[in-house]
Amino acid sequence: MPDAARTLAPRIVTAADAIREATAAAMAADDRVFVMGEGATDPKGIFGTTTGLLEQFGPDRVMEMPVAENGWTGIAIGAALCGQRPILVHQRVEFCLLAMEQLVNNAAKMHYVSGGRHRVPIVVRLVVGRGWGQGPAHSQSLEALFAHVPGLKVVMPSSAADAKGLLLGAIADEGPVVVIEHRWVHYASGHVDPAPVAMELDGPRRLRQGGDCTVVATSYMTLETLQAVDALADAGCGVDLFDLRVLRPLDTSAIAASVRRTGRLVTVDTGHATYGIGAEIAARVCAEAFDDLRAPPRRIGLPEHPTPSSRTLAEAYYPRSPSIAATIGEVCGLPARVIAELGDKLSRERDSVPLDIPHPSFKGPF
Amino acid sequence: MIAVTPVIDRWARLDLFRQMLRIRRIEEEVARRYAQGHMRCPVHLSIGQEAAAVGACAALRPTDSIVSTHRCHGHYLAKGGDLPAMIAELHGKATGCCGGRGGSMHLFDPDAGVLASVPIVGSNVPLGVGAALAAKQRRRPDVAVAFFGDGAFEEGVVHEAANFAGCHRLPAVFVLENNLYSVYTRIDARQPERPLAAFAQTHGMPVEHVDGNDVVAVYEATTRAVVRARRGDGPSMLVVDTYRFLEHCGASDDDHLGYRPAGELADWRERCPIARMRAELCDAGELDAAIERAMEHAIATEIAEAFAAADAAPFPAASTAMEGVHA
Repeated sequence: MPDAARTLAPRIVTAADAIREATAAAMAADDRVFVMGEGATDPKGIFGTTTGLLEQFGPDRVMEMPVAENGWTGIAIGAALCGQRPILVHQRVEFCLLAMEQLVNNAAKMHYVSGGRHRVPIVVRLVVGRGWGQGPAHSQSLEALFAHVPGLKVVMPSSAADAKGLLLGAIADEGPVVVIEHRWVHYASGHVDPAPVAMELDGPRRLRQGGDCTVVATSYMTLETLQAVDALADAGCGVDLFDLRVLRPLDTSAIAASVRRTGRLVTVDTGHATYGIGAEIAARVCAEAFDDLRAPPRRIGLPEHPTPSSRTLAEAYYPRSPSIAATIGEVCGLPARVIAELGDKLSRERDSVPLDIPHPSFKGPF
Repeated sequence: MIAVTPVIDRWARLDLFRQMLRIRRIEEEVARRYAQGHMRCPVHLSIGQEAAAVGACAALRPTDSIVSTHRCHGHYLAKGGDLPAMIAELHGKATGCCGGRGGSMHLFDPDAGVLASVPIVGSNVPLGVGAALAAKQRRRPDVAVAFFGDGAFEEGVVHEAANFAGCHRLPAVFVLENNLYSVYTRIDARQPERPLAAFAQTHGMPVEHVDGNDVVAVYEATTRAVVRARRGDGPSMLVVDTYRFLEHCGASDDDHLGYRPAGELADWRERCPIARMRAELCDAGELDAAIERAMEHAIATEIAEAFAAADAAPFPAASTAMEGVHA
């Protein structure tokens, strides 16, 4: 294919494939990069994100891990102190809770405490589960825990292109980067540059432009929010929509500038609203653009209870495009009738897909 | 363990003695000055445990790594860590090994192979195994030694790290210094009666149980473990019995607290690793008063210079506190 045609034709891949591409490219380019994970070499290959890497790079560079998360996180840090660049993969965020000690006490602080002499170039990939009754300890979105810690960088991709580019940026970073992948984002597909281009871990990206409300979403909630925002645009309500992408270091300057124009802010988290990412953004926006606010900022997030397993209990648990559109509509003062019509329209679009799976092709269990 | 007994001559023995004496005198000076309030960070002195640090580190090359704990002064010094940088760190000065950001529990000196000291019990052990993994991956002939105590033995992460090292036959040496206490709690209140050395078998590695107050015995056992690691035969473990003379944290005697059985401290002071080696060297005619005086003089001079330099050094500017959060 001639070069010009290659750049013009979209190359549609899923985020899961994009992650595997990024990993393979980074490993091919630098033999210090290696993968560690429980299931990294198994037949399922961490939801396909490590499939084939063992065959390409061998067991010394795609290392199956014992079920000892804190131990192998510390081992990764020790190897990184000696010049290696490990990628650690956990199939669920919750598994990494066992490794918080190493991540928070050692990875996040070694560079600082050593006066800059030590570097800990590790990437920690975490997957947020959702749906199919996974329940309280397999579907938590705990990014706020990681984003609270100085010394860590935390990113959450919401598209296939970002899944590849941000992962490559994380691998290129000289410090510890936590990449939080939503399981449902793995199914998101879009054009992905075949070349391994590392993205800067540099902050939010504007996805839609509008003058009535600033909306900041993270990870999978960006995809739900996009549907809401496009429906709102059809109803004449313009939203400035940001995908946050980089939770730490947090750059809210573009968001604050947007709020100075729109006067309104809604945040949409994948995690709990209380003490969540949206709370931090709202606090910063209030500090930076208080005089321009025309309505109190609103946070959308998970309710204050653990994730139940049964789909009847979980149905109301996750914010979805209709409820997101309703909140944005209320903040913007849309008439109740318009908001109700938007909700009906968005619900109808979703009708054919059960609420506990990400995609019609999904057949469970994870 | 393999049948290797390193050749150790009079000069090597004298140097092991000198190194223990040096660590003892340095920590005694820290203790003497501690109440002055210029070293405003916790200190965990290793007085009484010098033989474990010196014996193990004497078996290592500068390119080998150690990882240590909250009680890291002896390990750091035995591995060749820079003394003025340590004393300055205890004073919170910009010239400290961490630039004043770590304090006494974070001593490190990468030039000497002191990779890291971390104060969460057991947390350093996987770091050492990681260094061993990197050595294997990069095909470097380096060995990593993880020091830990009987308290760390209770931490899951130590067993996780050992399991991994055993599984991948990494060039690591696990040195368990059993000083019988975790802070004020004796091992028999924390663990069932069992041989600590059984740990090694569980993780597929050989073990030696040695008198931790016999520096030559520790040196010889560590050398066997290091030879084994360096030739690719995998990790080993040493269980090293020793005893802390002073309080867990701070610079004072604490026998009046009553947590040690009556007479235990006195018994262990009788087994002081330095006094014991002095007697052995004198009996063998290898050490006399003149040599010891010369050692003491050189050590005292070095210590005085390190403290004077720390006193004179600047504090880090408060405005630098935000620097170096990210690499």
